[in-house]
Amino acid sequence: MQVGIVGYGAFIPRRRIKLEEIAKVWGADAPSYRKGLQLNEKSVPGADEDTVTMSVEATRNALARAGGIDPAQIGALYIGSESHPYAVKPSGTIVAEAIGATPAIHIADFEFACKAGTESMFVAQALVKAGEVSYAVGIGADTSQGAPGDALEYSAAAGAASFIFGSDRERFVAEVVDTYSWTTDTPDFWRREYMHYPRHGSRFTGEPAYFRTTTSSAKGMMEKAGLEPKDFAHAIFHQPNGKFPMRVGTMLGFTKEQLATGWLSPWLGNTYSGASPIGFTAVLDIAKPGDLVLLTSFGSGAGSDSFVFRVSDRIEMVRDRAPRTRPQLDEHQIYIDYGTYAKLRGKIRMAE
Amino acid sequence: MRDVAVVGVGMTEFGELWSESLRTIWTKAATAALADAGLDSVDLITVGCMSPGLFVGQEHLASLLADELGMAGVAATRVESACASGGLAVRAGFAEIAAGLADTVLVTGVEKMTDVDGADATYALGSAADQEWEGFHGITFPGLYAMLARAHMARYGTTREQMAAVAVKNHANGLLNPHAQYHLKVTAKDVLESTLVADPLRLLDCSPVTDGAAAVVLTTVERARELAAGRPVVTITGSGLATDTITLANREELSELRAVRLAAERAYRMAGRRPEQLHVVEVHDCFTIAEIMATEAIGLFDPGFGGSAAADGLTALGGKIPVNTSGGLKSKGHPVGATGVAQVVELVNQLRGEAGQRQVEGAAIGLAQNMGGSGGSSVVHILEVVR
Amino acid sequence: MISPARSWREFPQRYRLEAAKCAGCGKVLYPPRVKCPACAGTAFETIVLPREGKVVTFTVVRVPPAGFTEQSPLPIALVELADGVRVMVQIGDVADPAELEIGMPVRLEFRRISWDGEAGLIFYGHKAVIAR
Repeated sequence: MQVGIVGYGAFIPRRRIKLEEIAKVWGADAPSYRKGLQLNEKSVPGADEDTVTMSVEATRNALARAGGIDPAQIGALYIGSESHPYAVKPSGTIVAEAIGATPAIHIADFEFACKAGTESMFVAQALVKAGEVSYAVGIGADTSQGAPGDALEYSAAAGAASFIFGSDRERFVAEVVDTYSWTTDTPDFWRREYMHYPRHGSRFTGEPAYFRTTTSSAKGMMEKAGLEPKDFAHAIFHQPNGKFPMRVGTMLGFTKEQLATGWLSPWLGNTYSGASPIGFTAVLDIAKPGDLVLLTSFGSGAGSDSFVFRVSDRIEMVRDRAPRTRPQLDEHQIYIDYGTYAKLRGKIRMAE
Repeated sequence: MRDVAVVGVGMTEFGELWSESLRTIWTKAATAALADAGLDSVDLITVGCMSPGLFVGQEHLASLLADELGMAGVAATRVESACASGGLAVRAGFAEIAAGLADTVLVTGVEKMTDVDGADATYALGSAADQEWEGFHGITFPGLYAMLARAHMARYGTTREQMAAVAVKNHANGLLNPHAQYHLKVTAKDVLESTLVADPLRLLDCSPVTDGAAAVVLTTVERARELAAGRPVVTITGSGLATDTITLANREELSELRAVRLAAERAYRMAGRRPEQLHVVEVHDCFTIAEIMATEAIGLFDPGFGGSAAADGLTALGGKIPVNTSGGLKSKGHPVGATGVAQVVELVNQLRGEAGQRQVEGAAIGLAQNMGGSGGSSVVHILEVVR
Repeated sequence: MISPARSWREFPQRYRLEAAKCAGCGKVLYPPRVKCPACAGTAFETIVLPREGKVVTFTVVRVPPAGFTEQSPLPIALVELADGVRVMVQIGDVADPAELEIGMPVRLEFRRISWDGEAGLIFYGHKAVIAR
């Protein structure tokens, strides 16, 4: 059975903090961070925003683009995140209840560091392909935390992307051409139970983890599908900072033009499970029918999911039924200082 | 229906009464009212108290308090309508005597609010709003009145300065009331520069958190004449009770306090009086905007003219119609359950000519308006000197 | 604090903005009621409120009640939705309270409204955001 995306949507919080604002608190050299990490600013969730709220808004946007799907027909909903609001109690039930998709629905929350979003997409499309459900939703969302003063604090950001998969071709905005996953046990980044902030292997997160896994996944995908970089109109890679996705893309033979549209991290930061999926929504916002798109995620631990999509004619009809991604990133931002940021991210110890 | 008179009044000082408990302040006010009446027993005790459960963790209040007074065995009941609980206690006593169910009633109001911290007091008061559909979203009472204020400002052009004039006047009156919580001269500048609580309302637009109790003794006019001992006999000639939607979302008009208008209309009708005949008025100024809106709703001024009336001094002592000679909730203090009873205490003092420095000369007809929540309920009483 | 049972029974209204439309007179009730206040009808159809509206009146609560400290100050508005139903909601994402005004167009977004400390339930619902 052919499976495709019938609706997609993103949600990006409106608050931003500039790299310089964080750097000045820790006495860090802002210009070198800006250049080295290629980060300018990042999104910050409000005290009232979390993985669930962003997932609901992104999925409502996806439903608006799907047009006319009864939410009750959605047979599965998966949210990939490392910032589920509850350690025990699913995020997906809340989202499903809010969009009116309960009770005949299969729900699971996924976690696989930054790859959990594509993981949920992977499983959702597979269930549709298997004929188990009519529609399935895959969501990547995070309100990620970096420890104060850690390099991650300059990138850990918030956002969500949601994709509704179905098998009714006339609704496709993009067809799933093929998928591939590449996974090993690589301890580059982790967070133990009850710990507030993650820890990481510093430079070990680079070559042996991100670059090895991502390139292997993308190469494996292209080999499996019989495609080369030049066949794609766009490619999106996981973006832990501004630098890595551009570097891995060019290493694989993609041009800056192919990478530019989905490259959001310099202004968005790293939305972890939302990162490459949100980049993909920015691509769908401008892609032309027939375009081939490569989406390659990365999750520490470590693994990568790759997808090849072919954009369908319907994209041009539906992309403006919900807010596009780039305007959410570039317009009506609310810039906050570090004190406000610390308050919103729960970094201030409150009275009992 | 039998005519009802007030034969005794009493109240504690209002304020932060750290060394007093609910039962001690209540007993002091009740004892004072009984002594003023010259009675040592009654047929019924009514207690107006908004939330003893949340403020001091005590329910089953009427029995407890009757016993404190050494009257275990007497009929006693607590009534509640948020901040209008005191007015409701007056009405409950009035109704019993008018109906012939009782000949003497000790009407009391009490609230002990300082045994909880500010957040818990805010929560307790907030329970008078619609908890599920307003409180859920974090609204507070200053917030609800701020919304009403902004609606009134938008509709009528009411100004911050006019609201400040209410606070200035009531604090000036409070200086003359020995029972008041604050003896504090406040200027318009003080009000306009005080801390923002809920835009556009500031700290000095708000009534305080207060401990206090008030009591009045009601009986028939015939009995009152016997007990008068040469003092004027004061009767309750009108009583009106009304409700409105608690939820502001369900109100068609936000710049009017409908429950107050309806309660006043009912009280005027019973008394056969008109607003122009009043000599002295106590209204429920839990916030400055509330006094402006209440003076409009009881018909002292046309809708939209309550603010300018306050600013022009029409409601000051010596003005066209003095409002809140006691200092009002603003300066006298607002122990929520006691407020409605304390308003009647002030009117009786005025009508007896016993209001001291704040006496309105020749006051013979007065009105007390008590209100629950953001206007979800209101009780109005008209009191007159028997000629 | 709000109990699990109370929170749960309010989900249709909090999460999906479900209202009751009176079968007799067409009045829309939010929250739903047992009896229509307009015509005394007792039969209703469930409808979903629109998420667009405008500000009828508003305030900014500077002294929040317990449970809302981390969100202070709290802009709160009475919002009239496109179908005329009014709801009281917080206004989220306000950069400067001075930009708020009566008549301002807003849109409802799904948000955390409050939460029972670090360990208790999170209460979700809708807040208004300025429509641009």
